[in-house]
Amino acid sequence: MSKRIDIQKTYKLFIDGKFPRTESGRYIKWVDSKESTIVNICRGSRKDFRNAMVAARKASGSWENRTAYNRAQILYRIGEMLEGRRDQFMAELTLQGLSKKQAENEIDQSIDRLIYYAGWADKYQQVFSRVNPVSLPYFNFTVPEPTGVVAAIAPEDTSLLGLVSIIAPVIAGGNTIVILASESHPLCSITFAEVLHTSDVPAGVVNILTGYRSELIEHFSSHMDVNAILYCGDDTEHKTLVETNAALNVKRVIQFPKQNWSQNQHQSPYHIMKSQETKTTWHPIGV
Amino acid sequence: MSSTFATPIDQIGVKERVSRLFSRSIKKESKVQALHLALSMIDLTTLEGKDSPGKVTQLCYKASHLHDSFPGLPNVAAICVYPTMVPVAKKALKGTGINLASVATAFPSGMADLQAKLDEVTSVVDAGADEVDMVISRGKFLRGEYQYVSDEIAKVKEACGNAHLKVILETGELATLDNVRLASDIAMEAGADFIKTSTGKVSPAATPPVVLTMLEAIRDFQAKTGKKIGMKPAGGISTAKQAIQYLVMIKETLGDDWLSPNLFRFGASSLANDILMQILKQSTGNYQSKDYFSID
Amino acid sequence: MSKTIKWEYSPAPEGTGHIELKKQYELFIDGKFVPPKSGKYFKTINPSNEKTISKVAEADQSDVNHAVASAKKAYDKTWSKMLPKERGKYIFRIARLLQERAREFSVIETMDGGKPIRESRDVDIPLASAHFFYHAGWADKLEYAFPGRQAKPVGVAGQIIPWNFPLLMASWKLAPALATGNTVVLKPAETTPLTAMKLAEIIQEADLPPGVVNIVTGAGETGKSLVNHPDVNKIAFTGSTEVGKYIMKAVAGSGKKYTLELGGKAANIIFEDAAIDQAVEGIIDAIFFNQGHVCCAGSRLYVQEGVADEVISKLRKRMETLIVGDPLDKNTDIGAINSKMQLKKIKSYVKLGSEEGGSIYQSSCPLPKKGFWHAPTIFTDVSQSNRIVQEEIFGPVLAIQTFRTVDEVIAKANNSPYGLSGGVWTDKGSKIFKVTRDIRAGVIWANTFNKFDPASPFGGYKESGVGSEGGIEGLSGYVNLV
Repeated sequence: MSKRIDIQKTYKLFIDGKFPRTESGRYIKWVDSKESTIVNICRGSRKDFRNAMVAARKASGSWENRTAYNRAQILYRIGEMLEGRRDQFMAELTLQGLSKKQAENEIDQSIDRLIYYAGWADKYQQVFSRVNPVSLPYFNFTVPEPTGVVAAIAPEDTSLLGLVSIIAPVIAGGNTIVILASESHPLCSITFAEVLHTSDVPAGVVNILTGYRSELIEHFSSHMDVNAILYCGDDTEHKTLVETNAALNVKRVIQFPKQNWSQNQHQSPYHIMKSQETKTTWHPIGV
Repeated sequence: MSSTFATPIDQIGVKERVSRLFSRSIKKESKVQALHLALSMIDLTTLEGKDSPGKVTQLCYKASHLHDSFPGLPNVAAICVYPTMVPVAKKALKGTGINLASVATAFPSGMADLQAKLDEVTSVVDAGADEVDMVISRGKFLRGEYQYVSDEIAKVKEACGNAHLKVILETGELATLDNVRLASDIAMEAGADFIKTSTGKVSPAATPPVVLTMLEAIRDFQAKTGKKIGMKPAGGISTAKQAIQYLVMIKETLGDDWLSPNLFRFGASSLANDILMQILKQSTGNYQSKDYFSID
Repeated sequence: MSKTIKWEYSPAPEGTGHIELKKQYELFIDGKFVPPKSGKYFKTINPSNEKTISKVAEADQSDVNHAVASAKKAYDKTWSKMLPKERGKYIFRIARLLQERAREFSVIETMDGGKPIRESRDVDIPLASAHFFYHAGWADKLEYAFPGRQAKPVGVAGQIIPWNFPLLMASWKLAPALATGNTVVLKPAETTPLTAMKLAEIIQEADLPPGVVNIVTGAGETGKSLVNHPDVNKIAFTGSTEVGKYIMKAVAGSGKKYTLELGGKAANIIFEDAAIDQAVEGIIDAIFFNQGHVCCAGSRLYVQEGVADEVISKLRKRMETLIVGDPLDKNTDIGAINSKMQLKKIKSYVKLGSEEGGSIYQSSCPLPKKGFWHAPTIFTDVSQSNRIVQEEIFGPVLAIQTFRTVDEVIAKANNSPYGLSGGVWTDKGSKIFKVTRDIRAGVIWANTFNKFDPASPFGGYKESGVGSEGGIEGLSGYVNLV
């Protein structure tokens, strides 16, 4: 009897709820530290980003206008689905160099973080809305509203927890997102896309690309339809580039330094507020 | 007539417009001119249960002799009295050119049947009233019986013959500006020559937002029909300053055509004296004392 | 009976006898009035008659360095160490002093900037003191503004303010910065520096510790020096989107925080079921307030077809009653255009509007011969693709379009790179919530327009800016949350 041949996974992009290959046909060879596994990762292009942006913009209005309760349930559902796929993430995280214990921790925390933000999705508005006592016969109130489409460069190190910690507050707040996965640890990012795909997340709300930071950061930050550019990392050149390009259409700039995402201080409703605008409405009080 | 007739009115917006109009600063020559004009627009009014022929006669005398030591003053526009005083007033006003107005239609409540109201109108017109100030049936209006209100006005108008009809909405009982607007529209459609805010017996009487709302109704009615309807705020207007503020409101809402007693009146009893005091202050430079102006 | 008369309002000018203006204003640095190192001064003129009012110091790099150094010293040595409640009391003091001298400030604001005295008296100056009053109370209550976090001051704030609401903008930037424990270097606009310099006198009178507030006058170069100064930790800017973008680029990579209040091209939407007369008044307030020199001006009017004729005809009649002229006259509705340059820009847009095929209507008021003036102007027969519909004019020029459905008008309203403000007029509650939710802008006025309050956050979406000013949201631009 001959030995059974393994079926190897093809890691593709996640755009508009589908898993296309990069339109560019380019790939990045990814090898684990023991050189036991070789994977071809899509080398996402400017055009892939463009397509992802179209999807994210299209999804933006209806996602924003879903009830907060519904968004909360979908975030919770992502957590449930991640829980159900533990083994796959264990395998990939260990392949990416984590110990079994570390990998287990990261999965636990990623699930917990999703549950944390699922709980915030229908509460941050209450905490950060106000009725303002203006000195005129008007009812005046301020509410947070999603900024729109966020283009994000994910944390490089904690490939699952970092990714989740960025995506969850952005979509909990009603935004859609195009995110560039960790360049050095890309595997579980695409597997996470499969989780999203099976979690009732509408197509286009989350779009995940793989590829080179140095190539794509220019496009992420200069695209005129991006409302906020989110950058994780400490590269001074990248930070300056992001902030400079943000000026093109006055993007909101959100930055996180390299940090240990497992710490509790890195989950907060203030993270949701970073991708929120402030809307104030006036109306007369009369008969 | 249904409520789709109504034009919505935003109370706060009206108040803001009023305060902007009232912030106009009327000084020097424009003030003197305004004071004379306001004086000529007064319906000098006495509407009290204790009115006597003597008081009415005195009032009529005063109407044409506002201040004998100060020449060049205009007369007031009209004298406004209860129906029983019409013959007395008619006699006293003879030859003065001052109009005689009488309230009618069971003033101030309007709580009488239609025929009684019409009879009253006919009798004051027969007795020589040039103008009739009727009240609308507020109870019917508030119950949504707009057609009744409209028909009643039309019949009173018919009974008036050549006399001018002023329709009192009693805005203090209508409660909202939406109602004031609707009642104004109904009254004008039904044939009012003037629309008037109040009887003076209900508080609040003429308020600036109510007057502005009625002026805007008049302006829109003219745009639609070409007819110019007059306006009469009544009650609570006792100072020259208020009168001038209303003149500003008329000028900027309806235009100069309405700056005439033909189309604008103040229903007031003590306003005339305050205006006289202001006119004397403007010409002498000294602030005046009430002791120098006869009360009726 | 007497015939109709022609009744005109006599001139009612506000007196200028009681105000105190110096022939020359120095820089306000470290609690003292100091001459500029270069010895250079520039004139500030009254735009309604082109007469010089005073001379003002022109700060160069070395003056800005001096101001920032004194702000930094004051931050390190006194202001950041002071008990918050004491900080608050200083700000209350400024509010009170400003209230006491309101009349003088109103007159100077009107002389220097050209806005009607009615507006500086009833809007600018009272709101300016209200901003100090509101924010003073926050100084010792910041833990309630940011639950779960501690709010730390940023350090030295560089604040650059525009010429349209000179004192009001200065106040609404200074007050929150001081309340949250920052020190400030403020640069007023070059055409309207006087009330800021008078405010410096009040700050001195209030005995604020030296260096907590420094005021440097000058033009673009002075602002640039401030933006690029390494010891400035935060930039707060109100002005054009173009300069806002420059600032974003200039501070890129520096770690400086910034708040930007930039341009706008607000949609003002009138539905058929609106209270039409109040809506017409709202249109007037939206576009002709402060000669249209308002970033949140309702400069794009959308009227539902069924009422378009009525609204436009009423608007024209209402425009005829606007009094254009001497800004110091208490009856003036429309004052002078702020500068020759701005007038030129407005005129070029009006010319363009006609060339693009728009039908123009201007009120027939006579304009004064001297000074910078522009009649209230509206354009009909324009479309979304016209430049006068897309670009900010910053003058008394309104572009009017009609629409049929809610979806259509929301799409048109949002079809702009700006997103500062918007207006909606309807008698139907559910429609108000639908439209106010769907308009992508930071301030929405429903059945009103151009209302402001210190407690009410103000800020834009998209290219209209970053961050808010006013209310609790306005505080967050001046703190780091730890």
